[in-house]
Amino acid sequence: MAEPVVQPKRKATAPKRGTVSTGWWRPYLMLSPAIVLLLAFTIYPMLAAGYMSFFKINLATKQQMVFNGIANYKDLLASPAFHTVMKNTVLFAFGTVPFSLGLAMFLAIQLNKQFKLSGIFRTLFFYPTVIPMMSAATIWLFMYTPQYGIINRFLGFFGIPDINFLGSSTWALPAIMMMTVWKDAGYFMLFYLAGLQNLPTELYEAAELDGANGWVQFRRLTFPLLMPTTLFVSTVSLINSFKTVDQLFLMTGGGPNNATNLLLFNLWELAFSFHDKGMAATLTVVLVVILLILAIIQNQWVDKKIHYN
Amino acid sequence: MARRWLSAFLVVMLLALAGCGSSKAPETQGTDSTQGAAENSKTEQPKDVEISFYYPVAVGGPLTKIIDNMVAEFTKANPHIKVKPVFSGNYADTLTKVQTQIQGGSIPEVAVLLSTDIYTLVDQDAIIPLNDLIKADKDGAEYLADFYPAFMANSQIGDTTYGIPFQRSMVVMYYNKDLLAKAGYTNPPKNWDELVDAAKKITDTANGVWGIKIPSDGYPYWLTQGFAIQSGKNLMSSDGAEVYFNSQENIKGLTFWKDLAYTHKVMPEGVIAWTAAPTDFISGKVGMIYHSSGSLANITANAKFPFGVAFLPAGEKGFGSPTGGGNFYVFKGISKEKEQAAWQFIRFMTEPARIAQWGLDTGYVAPRKAAWETQVMKDAAAKDPNVLVARDQLQYAAAELSVHNNPQIYKVYGNQLQAIITGQSDVKTAVDAAQKEAEAILAPFKK
Amino acid sequence: MQQRRNSASVPVLIILGLMAAAWVIPLLWTFATSLRPSDQSVAVGSWLTTDMTLANFQRALDYAPFGQYLINTVIIVVGILVMQLITATLAGYVFARMNFPGRDLIFLLFLLQLMVPAEALVVPNYTTIRLLKLVDNPLAIMLPYVASAFGTFLIRQTFRQVPKELEEASVIDGCSTMQTLWHVFIPLARPTLVAFGLVSVSYHWNNFFWPMIVTNDPARRPLTVGLALFAKAVEAGADWSLVTAGTVIVILPLLAVFLIFQRQFISSFMQSGIK
Repeated sequence: MAEPVVQPKRKATAPKRGTVSTGWWRPYLMLSPAIVLLLAFTIYPMLAAGYMSFFKINLATKQQMVFNGIANYKDLLASPAFHTVMKNTVLFAFGTVPFSLGLAMFLAIQLNKQFKLSGIFRTLFFYPTVIPMMSAATIWLFMYTPQYGIINRFLGFFGIPDINFLGSSTWALPAIMMMTVWKDAGYFMLFYLAGLQNLPTELYEAAELDGANGWVQFRRLTFPLLMPTTLFVSTVSLINSFKTVDQLFLMTGGGPNNATNLLLFNLWELAFSFHDKGMAATLTVVLVVILLILAIIQNQWVDKKIHYN
Repeated sequence: MARRWLSAFLVVMLLALAGCGSSKAPETQGTDSTQGAAENSKTEQPKDVEISFYYPVAVGGPLTKIIDNMVAEFTKANPHIKVKPVFSGNYADTLTKVQTQIQGGSIPEVAVLLSTDIYTLVDQDAIIPLNDLIKADKDGAEYLADFYPAFMANSQIGDTTYGIPFQRSMVVMYYNKDLLAKAGYTNPPKNWDELVDAAKKITDTANGVWGIKIPSDGYPYWLTQGFAIQSGKNLMSSDGAEVYFNSQENIKGLTFWKDLAYTHKVMPEGVIAWTAAPTDFISGKVGMIYHSSGSLANITANAKFPFGVAFLPAGEKGFGSPTGGGNFYVFKGISKEKEQAAWQFIRFMTEPARIAQWGLDTGYVAPRKAAWETQVMKDAAAKDPNVLVARDQLQYAAAELSVHNNPQIYKVYGNQLQAIITGQSDVKTAVDAAQKEAEAILAPFKK
Repeated sequence: MQQRRNSASVPVLIILGLMAAAWVIPLLWTFATSLRPSDQSVAVGSWLTTDMTLANFQRALDYAPFGQYLINTVIIVVGILVMQLITATLAGYVFARMNFPGRDLIFLLFLLQLMVPAEALVVPNYTTIRLLKLVDNPLAIMLPYVASAFGTFLIRQTFRQVPKELEEASVIDGCSTMQTLWHVFIPLARPTLVAFGLVSVSYHWNNFFWPMIVTNDPARRPLTVGLALFAKAVEAGADWSLVTAGTVIVILPLLAVFLIFQRQFISSFMQSGIK
């Protein structure tokens, strides 16, 4: 949430005396460790994936670097599995993001007030952020188990028959979404808490004088004022949802019938299970393009909104 | 002082960052240089070799401990061979890890992988044929002949042997004797009709008791393959280039499977977890489960009621079950010396008494006839006849689904099976779709 | 703001209470199950039994080398943090205080990393790691994360607020750029560095996907990868008391640190947000 506070207003300042070592190369030297690593692990892999995506590289059929034109892209776009995976990923994103955000905003507004239990509540909602997704996955795998999982026991209490959450093509994705919301809502709550603390008190005092009650205050003041935070958090969580993968390894393996197969899991399958590196590179390119588009939207949108503020 | 120290520190860090790639490289190759010299002096004084052994765990029980102990015994008997056991998850994880290792240039020497990975490994040029090693042993031919033919079906391509059966299994049926007795059955169901009848009588959904559970998440093709075999036709050709997913026989079998859930209502709808089925069985919540024979030890240890193991109930064409489980493979690109060490290790691990004990500890079916003649096995069978069921079912067993490009075939077929059992599509549509996709995947391997 | 002084209304408190229960029950249930004898792990009935036991933890530790996993995780997390702090402090300083040709282009390079997280690039990055023969080396897990654009921006932001006069004074004293950085900037940026450190540590402590791809050797696995394999191995019999015990072993260290330094954690995350 670091908003620009100080504007850079001048160029290099250093007085002549005592700066023996201000060679032109100095900034480059100081940047070099970061630049080398960025080139090696961010720029190069993007270019490499782009290059590899024009070849058939498949260990199973023993094709090593057979030029394939744009056939990989055609195959990918035509494959039903890709459609399912994209559909799941979009569903997952649009299922978890608004839900997590709404919840986070509600929690933040309530817990921004100081009352006896507010500190404890903050802790309770935040702790899932600090535990590994993999442990959350073991916990929820257990919770979703038919018959003795705690969720089904709870439902059974109300006479609701067993639901095979992770084994049903209808329930599996919502079940994964639910545990993701559980894991992430407290994290996003913090962004909102930070946002709330930057809101101008005077506006609220004026609103009180006008007799605006809580709901009106929320609709007229809090919600619009939190808009920059909301936009920021929504892109963060959108990007997060496009890189969701950990819990799938343990909970569903992408099943049943691809019902929970998301982009990154599919990428892993292609690369490390089917050994179709060409296809995996193609999917990498698609994923990178999606992420870049999201980032550009965020930049355009969020910057403007912050300035209006 | 501090200023200087910082600058020095930063320089060191920079150097470390820049140099990290090259400085580590020799580590992985370190052992290679000693090998050339060792080759000639094979018989004289055995040079120290180190081999890594990748293995999965797919059934319950603290198998890693047992494996560690077996490896320790081996090292005691062969002090010059150091075996490094690497436990690497379930079968699929282990295959992925081994393949990744090979691509990474550090080749494991020996691994236990699914017997069905044979085509995948041969296609990737990852494993060596074992014929020469077998031939070099005086008793090689007898050794090979001692393995049950049903297990060798997934271990050879033509006359070439690529795998040595180790932790082999089969799908069997476990049944809760109390629940079956209540349903009026003193013996387990012998055929599909009896299965439905017994399951109906056991099912009591109000109390969460089901007649039968057949898992469908991890290896759905395997647990349903029996239905096709019992209907008279297996799922693939023996050259691994064709599949028969939409055969009349398979449609008949899968329809029966689906009906258990949707028509007879004796099995929960949706995907049943491989892991949950034994737990449900142990907690007395299900009358019968189809599961790996390898789960016997776990169930025996934990079930608090009398239970039995039975053949899968027969279909129109009789009994039938696919074999399963893992074989030893030796990898390509390692020194002759290491090949020999790996082979010695395999021979050691499959000695009759040892593999009999391994079977008893785990529930895997000892793959050698001689193992069943050992005293330890005879004693165990006398105490618990369940031990013998899987071996007796071997005469009806057929090869497990195994073709070229296997992981992808499993995926497309498994997906369609899950579509069937979650009620997303009917049997015919699903198997036609699977057949079409599979044929596209297998096209490059058609001769 | 005004609302802060108000207390929550009763219906809101009830809703909060119910939600908090939903949030904490998974954890409590996991703890409870890990303490129950294994033959009662799935038994219906009360959570707490009289025969609670620590045996499951012993079994879990026998089953998988969690101690080794813990050491590996600590090495990885500390290694990443130290290298991140060095690269990000240097780069943050350059972007805050220096002007030079190509600055915008290099800045864009950093921005790109922020937009395309390392997770998306596992396929080509794995190829690189393989070529460097670093598979199973802790460096393989660290390298893609060492140059942290996020940390660089955070530190740049803080450095920009350092008063010019301080810097000039230091230069007049004869300090070189490095010395100024060390004596003036870093001490002033300590809260930011701590905040970044906490966020980085909890992110990498929890990271799974990339470490799973580049480790094969069990002796090199971090906790998360070890736990996944452990759960998969044990799951054959779905021995839940064992799985939950393993889970507790993995989450306990971080959870304990979190509970002790709660305030610091929450304010760090608030301050730094991303990742």
